[in-house]
Amino acid sequence: MTDTTANAVHFEADHGHDAHHDADHKPGFFARWFMSTNHKDIGTLYLIFAIIAGIIGGAISGLMRLELAEPGIQYLQGWATIVNSMTGGTEATFDEGLHMWNVLISAHGLIMVFFMVMPAMIGGFGNWFVPLMIGAPDMAFPRMNNISFWLLPPAFILLLGSAFVPGGTGHGAGVGWTVYAPLSTSGSVGPAVDMAIFSLHLAGAASILGAINFITTIFNMRAPGMTLHKMPLFVWSVLVTAFLLLLALPVLAGAITMLLTDRNFGTHFFDAAGGGDPILYQHLFWFFGHPEVYIMILPGFGMVSQIVATFSRKPVFGYLGMAYAMVAIGVIGFVVWAHHMFTVGLDVNTKMYFTAATMVIAVPTGIKIFSWIATMWGGSMTFETPMLWALGFIFMFTVGGVTGVVLANGGIDTVMHDTYYVVAHFHYVLSLGAVFSLFAGWYYWFGKMWGRQYNELLGQLHFWTFFIGVNVLFFPMHFLGLDGFQRRVPDFADAYAHWNHIASLGYLIMLVGMVFFFINVFWSLFAGKKCPDNPWGEGATTLEWTLSSPPPFHQFETLPVIDDSKHH
Amino acid sequence: MKTLYKLVAIAAAFGLAPAAIAAVPAPATDAAPADAAATANEAAAEAPAAPEALAPTPGIGQPDGRYGLQDMVTPIGEEAVWFHDVILLPVIFAISIFVLFLLLYVMVRFRRAANPTPSRNTHNTALEVIWTLVPVLILVAIAVPSIRLLANQYSPPAADITVKAIGNQWYWTYEYPDHGIELVSNMLPDEEAIANGEPRQLAVDERMVVPVGATVKVIVTSNDVIHAWGVPAFWVKIDAVPGRLNETWFRTDREGVYYGVCYELCGARHGYMPIAVEVVSRERFAQWVAARGGTMPGAAPAEAASAEAAPAAAPEAANDNAVADAAPAADTNQAIPAN
Repeated sequence: MTDTTANAVHFEADHGHDAHHDADHKPGFFARWFMSTNHKDIGTLYLIFAIIAGIIGGAISGLMRLELAEPGIQYLQGWATIVNSMTGGTEATFDEGLHMWNVLISAHGLIMVFFMVMPAMIGGFGNWFVPLMIGAPDMAFPRMNNISFWLLPPAFILLLGSAFVPGGTGHGAGVGWTVYAPLSTSGSVGPAVDMAIFSLHLAGAASILGAINFITTIFNMRAPGMTLHKMPLFVWSVLVTAFLLLLALPVLAGAITMLLTDRNFGTHFFDAAGGGDPILYQHLFWFFGHPEVYIMILPGFGMVSQIVATFSRKPVFGYLGMAYAMVAIGVIGFVVWAHHMFTVGLDVNTKMYFTAATMVIAVPTGIKIFSWIATMWGGSMTFETPMLWALGFIFMFTVGGVTGVVLANGGIDTVMHDTYYVVAHFHYVLSLGAVFSLFAGWYYWFGKMWGRQYNELLGQLHFWTFFIGVNVLFFPMHFLGLDGFQRRVPDFADAYAHWNHIASLGYLIMLVGMVFFFINVFWSLFAGKKCPDNPWGEGATTLEWTLSSPPPFHQFETLPVIDDSKHH
Repeated sequence: MKTLYKLVAIAAAFGLAPAAIAAVPAPATDAAPADAAATANEAAAEAPAAPEALAPTPGIGQPDGRYGLQDMVTPIGEEAVWFHDVILLPVIFAISIFVLFLLLYVMVRFRRAANPTPSRNTHNTALEVIWTLVPVLILVAIAVPSIRLLANQYSPPAADITVKAIGNQWYWTYEYPDHGIELVSNMLPDEEAIANGEPRQLAVDERMVVPVGATVKVIVTSNDVIHAWGVPAFWVKIDAVPGRLNETWFRTDREGVYYGVCYELCGARHGYMPIAVEVVSRERFAQWVAARGGTMPGAAPAEAASAEAAPAAAPEAANDNAVADAAPAADTNQAIPAN
């Protein structure tokens, strides 16, 4: 028993008769779920939250694909009218309809980044499995863990609520997820953008607290014998991610606070007329924003490493190279931000530097791709659902990565910038990269987390329909972008109609895949087979598989000892 | 070439340009502020009619639903397309197919049925060095033409003509400081665009007109929020930032109409402020300038003849039409802001 869990046990022991300190004695419903200090419960809350946010963010992208399916404006004015009527307003004008589009794209981006991928990866799987994998009884700061989750729902409510208050031309914050000044300052009158900024403040504070918690936990609470160089790669990935969060998010917080004071208190940080500079905001935003994209993908790298090793029945190839490739990606991720700003009017030397620095990232990323393949090489592979997602991840992330190499060239980006080529690129690394790894982790640990195994047939159907759907959805966007189609518009020249229509059909295919996912979740939670401690066999070597499924409410009351035989 | 241009300029300045065939009055939409063209210039006493607007060529200067980049009409665009199509595209295809092949190979060769006993091999230093160094070499090979392209983009020839493009919510204005012309360019409604034989969402009422073969310097700024001025067929895109004067350039030897759009989210009608650049012969350009009430300056770099040819009105015109919060466009030689 460590000090960390002593308080929790005492809290339960107050009920009296439990002299033997039953580890599975759980608090009552309210205390367990609303005052939670248990990393697994908090992880579960994060996952539920992420799924709800994902449904909303995904539904919004459905509205966007519906509008883009045909040239012309079909639905936006109607949707804006619905929002207007909910706030006692009148029928929406054409411009309010167009503003509605900007609200949708902004909400889709912010929800998917801050309320779906990050909570699921770090809050959900990080909370669940970092303590289990390092042999710790819980996180270092359980109550801080609780507050970092409970900051998210109010943040999400602020963001959703902003859609129903004035934001300039219409209701809602129509400024893009990047919230560029001066569109977000002098260009958007009304409280909507303020609410969106407060939402980011709360979500950012939550992430910073979580990052502190993960760093402390990983540095201080590893089981005896588990040196840093013996940690599972998923733990490494969360450690690097936590450092990125800790260093990047305060910069975002500063930048959006300056937006707030520009909006409300007469400062001119980003207002050229008052001596400020709108480009300053972009530098600050992307100094956060580029590490942010690695924050969204690094835990996915970690999960894929675990899964590939498990289903190849072979340890990870080049463990140290894999770990330090992630460290390298994290470090380089902080010095490439202005490749998001190649068209703002940078001078030529700056563009050359950011071109070169950005291309360097391909090297550690390549090491990871090849090491995954080398892990499988000589293995004894089976293709259960988590492995399918991991394999899909490796290939789709490669495709997204190589278009990143194209975009890294400042001279090429001149014509690619803010076109659908960029949209295709970042959806390949996020929607087919990060999201694939999320599904891989979900199926990999489903039985461990819930005690009942998922349905293999439904899982495979989910993978294949989703895989086909997102490729039909996002691959044509490369063609649209090369042909010049700009981002963030609801109507387009007729030449773009064909590929947009195909992309919208791809969304429908993906939607069918998600139906399989939800059927699988509910079916398996209630009627799935009981999951053994280790459903995956000899390839699953990390500590969580030594515990029951689901793990006891408090695990590792006697700390496991890692001996040298597990050395990589 | 330059001599011819000067002759045309002189001819136009003295009102000797041949009469134009027909004028196409461009309908202004209600969103446009008062057309400020030719407000400051009295030099051209009898303004001839504007030359007939060029018709766009399908497949050039506009999207056509293809699989790749648009046809380029500028030297920079041709260089960039070569770099993309000949270097980058084969490389990224090769890498993707190589990874896909490896994945499929291990999935077949090392499936459990084919390889029931996994190896325990987790290290191969030589292999790891190779897959670190080979990507480095590939990237260095990519970097050479990439850096060259950047350098070429930033080494424009001396400008023959300067146009100032100003982003507004949600239209562009174009100022020709050396000609005393100012245009307001609004998107044409869909019906009018189709009636004109132009693509909807891209056609505008007032095109930016420039002479063929001339190096066009475009100074880009904004009156409100950030916009971006981009024309794919020229391989040009630069943000229009309030308080900044950004500069880009293009030169094309092909007459025609080239469409672009605003590439930075700028509010509700972000998708409704397209760009149309009409590249015309120098004669037609002179006619167009005259028809707009402008004057042809010695657009070529100052040499012997240009002193008499350049009408004195140009600098005044530029100043009179200067936009309120942007610096006067007169000093365009150092317009790229130092960061």
